[in-house]
Amino acid sequence: MTVATSPQVVAPKPRLQPTGWLRYFSFSVDHKVIGLQYLVCGFIFYLIGGLLAGAIRTELVSPMSDFMARDVYNQVLTMHGTIMIFLWIVPVVNGAFGNYLIPFYVGARDMAFPRLNAVAFWLIPPAGLLLITSYFLTGAAQSGWTAYPPLSITTPAAGQIVWILSVLLLGGSSIFGGINFIATILKLRRPGLKLMQLPMYCWAMLGTSLLVVLSTPVLAGTLVLLSFDIIAHTGFFNPTLGGNVVVYQHLFWFYSHPAVYIMVLPAFGLVSEILPVHARKPLFGYTTMVYSIMAIVFLGLIVWAHHMFTSGTPPWMRLFFTIATAFIAVPTGIKFFNWLATLWGGRISLNSALLFSCGFIVNFVLGGITGVALAQVPFDIHVHDTYFVVAHFHYIVFGGSVFVIFASVYHWYPKFTGRMLNENLGRLHFALTFIGFNLCFGPQHWLGLNGMPRRVAEYDPQFTLINQISSAGALLMAISTLPFLWNVIQSAIAGPPAGDNPWNALTPEWLTSSPPPVENWTGEAPLVEEPYGYGVPVEDFDLTAISGRDLWSSGK
Amino acid sequence: MQIPSTIITLVIGMVLVLGGMWVGQNINLLPIDASVNAPIYDELFQVLFTIGTILFVGILGLLVFSLIRFRRRADQIGDGVAIEGNLPLEIFWTAVPAVVVLFVGLYSYDIYDRMGGMVPLAHDHMAGASEERVWGGISSGSIANEAAANTLPIDVTAMQFAFLFHYPQGEILSGELHVPAGRPVTLHMEAKDVIHAFWVPEFRLKQDVIPGQPTQLSFTPTRPGRYPIVCAELCGPYHGGMRSTVVVEEPEAWDEWFNNNSTIDVSTT
Amino acid sequence: MTTLPIETDEHHSDHHHDEEHPDHRLFGLATFLVADGMTFAGFFAAYLTFKAVNPLPTGAVYELELPLPILNTVLLLVSSATFHQAGKALHQNATNRCRNWLLITAALGLAFLVSQMVEYFTLPFGLTDNLFASTFYAATGFHGLHVTLGALMILIVWWQTRPQSGRVTHNNPFPLEAAELYWHFVDGIWVILFVILYLI
Ligand code: HEA
Ligand code: HEA
Ligand code: CUA
Ligand SMILES: [Cu+2]
Repeated sequence: MTVATSPQVVAPKPRLQPTGWLRYFSFSVDHKVIGLQYLVCGFIFYLIGGLLAGAIRTELVSPMSDFMARDVYNQVLTMHGTIMIFLWIVPVVNGAFGNYLIPFYVGARDMAFPRLNAVAFWLIPPAGLLLITSYFLTGAAQSGWTAYPPLSITTPAAGQIVWILSVLLLGGSSIFGGINFIATILKLRRPGLKLMQLPMYCWAMLGTSLLVVLSTPVLAGTLVLLSFDIIAHTGFFNPTLGGNVVVYQHLFWFYSHPAVYIMVLPAFGLVSEILPVHARKPLFGYTTMVYSIMAIVFLGLIVWAHHMFTSGTPPWMRLFFTIATAFIAVPTGIKFFNWLATLWGGRISLNSALLFSCGFIVNFVLGGITGVALAQVPFDIHVHDTYFVVAHFHYIVFGGSVFVIFASVYHWYPKFTGRMLNENLGRLHFALTFIGFNLCFGPQHWLGLNGMPRRVAEYDPQFTLINQISSAGALLMAISTLPFLWNVIQSAIAGPPAGDNPWNALTPEWLTSSPPPVENWTGEAPLVEEPYGYGVPVEDFDLTAISGRDLWSSGK
Repeated sequence: MQIPSTIITLVIGMVLVLGGMWVGQNINLLPIDASVNAPIYDELFQVLFTIGTILFVGILGLLVFSLIRFRRRADQIGDGVAIEGNLPLEIFWTAVPAVVVLFVGLYSYDIYDRMGGMVPLAHDHMAGASEERVWGGISSGSIANEAAANTLPIDVTAMQFAFLFHYPQGEILSGELHVPAGRPVTLHMEAKDVIHAFWVPEFRLKQDVIPGQPTQLSFTPTRPGRYPIVCAELCGPYHGGMRSTVVVEEPEAWDEWFNNNSTIDVSTT
Repeated sequence: MTTLPIETDEHHSDHHHDEEHPDHRLFGLATFLVADGMTFAGFFAAYLTFKAVNPLPTGAVYELELPLPILNTVLLLVSSATFHQAGKALHQNATNRCRNWLLITAALGLAFLVSQMVEYFTLPFGLTDNLFASTFYAATGFHGLHVTLGALMILIVWWQTRPQSGRVTHNNPFPLEAAELYWHFVDGIWVILFVILYLI
């Protein structure tokens, strides 16, 4: 992988950093460079994770274990889950867009701790390389991304230890990033900018970073204990030595349930930035949006045991976690209805960014509804650890977060590069992705309900046809990546110039040149008190009116 | 004549609700039911499916309608209406999901209770003095309860990569689970190596089988037939192959099987 | 691409930040300590759960004596006070007094470590003997690691406060303040640890 192997460029003068494209391979402390480093690095890992998903779907075309050996299958699915979560979604929705946008949004010239920021990024490529090379050197971990003991203690130790090491590095990177975001948002705001005037993405990142800081360390501690069990033969989670395997699950999910909101809250924030611009309307219900983010953060910390309804937890615990989990639907619902209200009555440009955002809404609502169903103990007892769960979370992580990442690339590409993407290719990308995605994961609900467990390389032949449909959907998704890749690369070289603000947007990142200069603004940072001040006042509104409030050009 | 929009909304709402109920009643996504609690489960599924359909189709419809109705037409360069919020509306869509979620929660609690999930677990299930603690699962309660209900106790041992069923009453050891229709069964489960999970889709029941922490699962089979037992927890390379069969038989047929296989002369039935 | 005649690094050096923005490093450190505290919280939660649900296997030994840990608690509490004195001295620009207090603090920290080692070697159980033993060593060991790191930091700060080097001064107290915050944190964790592992 190029990002990681290229050596740090040694500049002639010690304080000089490389300029031009070389700076993307350097230990740059510019938040925009770091943001793009996260984005591209994450995307490369996405392709690798997608390739592994392709291998999974190929194996599942037939009910026998014929494409790869059974233990290889387990390694592949473990790596697929780990890479997609820790090296693609988390670094990209947090690291990439957070680093690029947050300093703009708070009116700062960089993050609070630029060096720490660069360190956080540069932990990722080695961690990813470690994880991937472990497959070739020692055999990768094969106990799933959840690494439940005692399985993770009894499978080959080398791969599991490398996996732990890699996840620890990535967790560290995530914590450093979280600290940086909290400090930047709370401490680096431009004078005069109030908290309740911040663009919604700042609130989302604040909430996410709180979750990162509160929950990731618990995972780190747990994995250290697990590695003691493997290396030093302690018995924390080893029943033959008197240990308790369920305690691991509690500790693991205390991190990994909040982790799902770490993967989706920033995406909520990004959608809140994209929709108002392309619907030409203010974000509906700003204040309730802020409160609902904080409610999700709070609830997110107290629902973890809904992953353990069949793990022998006591009845009162199941009941509590059912209620708490289902209640997350309320603040989440508020956000979705607010987005719908944002679209209502707008002048919606049906461009790729908006289409992907709306695709996100559709997919996430479906995934959320199946989530609320899963939260009901009696329902979950039947479908836990089946393809129903696989369908649930791909609807959310792919249909939700990945769709938002694509929407964001279409939305901010002109800012990153100063060039426009090709709209037709973008819509083609959307159509293929949306169809392929639903074809792949929709039928998996049925598979789960009817008896197909997850994490199997061989299955009951009665499920063959549905699995083949699902695999065809995956193939379509893989193909859909091609127009996107072509578009992004071709437009960087020869796309039409975008100008500074092609969308007439009001948020601060658009009030500077595209791409922005090194310290974001040549002069003072602008004070944006109404980041969503679009729209014509109701009394002036007339369907035939052809006037807009082009605030951005009047220099506000 | 212009039809008032409230009426249109009302009609759409009713169509949506009726449509959702139709879907919930008529589209069956579940396999055949073969235990007492499977139909109870299916009731819950219908309710969830109905609510889910209404919400999903409603939101999808609203979204698609907005995208078409409010799309930017070629000659338009202006903005939309500057509406920043609407408190009553927001209270409305906070309250509705809250009520729905509360209802679903209470309803599923009721279902869970009817399935036996809330029964306190037997702490003394191993006939006699053993003080082994049981960790969870759906159970029929204490040993007294079990005896009163004429429960058939079976010990389940899960290991890489097979289930082993032991009938203490007849000292039978079997790789297949044979149970009589209509009689309550309690499985006492423990794993030898790693975590496994005992799942019978047709019973709508699943319970992890955990090393070091015995669990318990009670059910009453109803429909004779052969159903798969599936291991649902990743337990190693052959996890996908860790399957067995539960044979639900008519009581007489089961008695025969039991007596033929029993290694104790005195039949308990 | 827009290129401005600005050199990246120059504008991002600490120097630049110190001059233009108020210093947020202590805030950052405090946030980090919250995270660090959650790691301990995880260990404690695990310990308490084990204690609640996993009976000690027959024949297993898990006995803790109190005198040494009480001594340790006193050592750490006193060291927090002495560190505070060092900070006060630096504020009053009394560098020599500050350095003396720092040395005393470091000595107390090292005494803690020695006493902890003595305890380790006299305990009747080893790391892998049983669940509680393992958790005990994991939690106290992780804490000991923190103390070691803290003591090192104190010695470095002590080195940097020497009059001729002048890196940590009345005007630039950050390293000392950071070390002090960290030390109080490590101290606070010990108190919780003491209560949970030794008293409950
Ligand atoms: C980004 C990731 C993400 C997100 C955001 C969510 C969100 C939710 N998840 Fe999901 N989940 C995962 C990723 C995610 N999940 C993963 C990866 C797993 C599997 C892990 C593994 O085992 O490997 C999993 C597994 C999982 C389980 C365990 C299943 C099992 O293993 O048996 C459960 C059970 O409760 C659950 C529930 C929920 C709920 C209730 C939400 C809620 O937050 C959803 C709320 C949203 C809505 C409900 C939609 C919008 C709301 C409205 C339109 C309002 C009206 C709605 C109603 C009144 C219902 N999830
Ligand atoms: C977090 C994000 C995420 C994302 C985005 C995805 C994306 C996909 N996932 Fe993933 N998945 C997980 C997270 C994710 N997954 C997790 C956490 C698990 C659980 C693991 C576990 O059980 O431990 C899982 C498990 C999982 C399973 C279940 C395996 C099992 O239980 O046996 C399946 C099966 O269909 C699957 C399929 C897919 C598919 C088809 C995609 C597709 O959407 C992927 C589409 C992308 C591509 C197809 C890439 C396209 C590009 C190329 C093919 C070109 C490559 C070229 C070069 C490299 C030069 N996933
Ligand atoms: Cu046993 Cu999977
Ligand atoms: Cu969860």
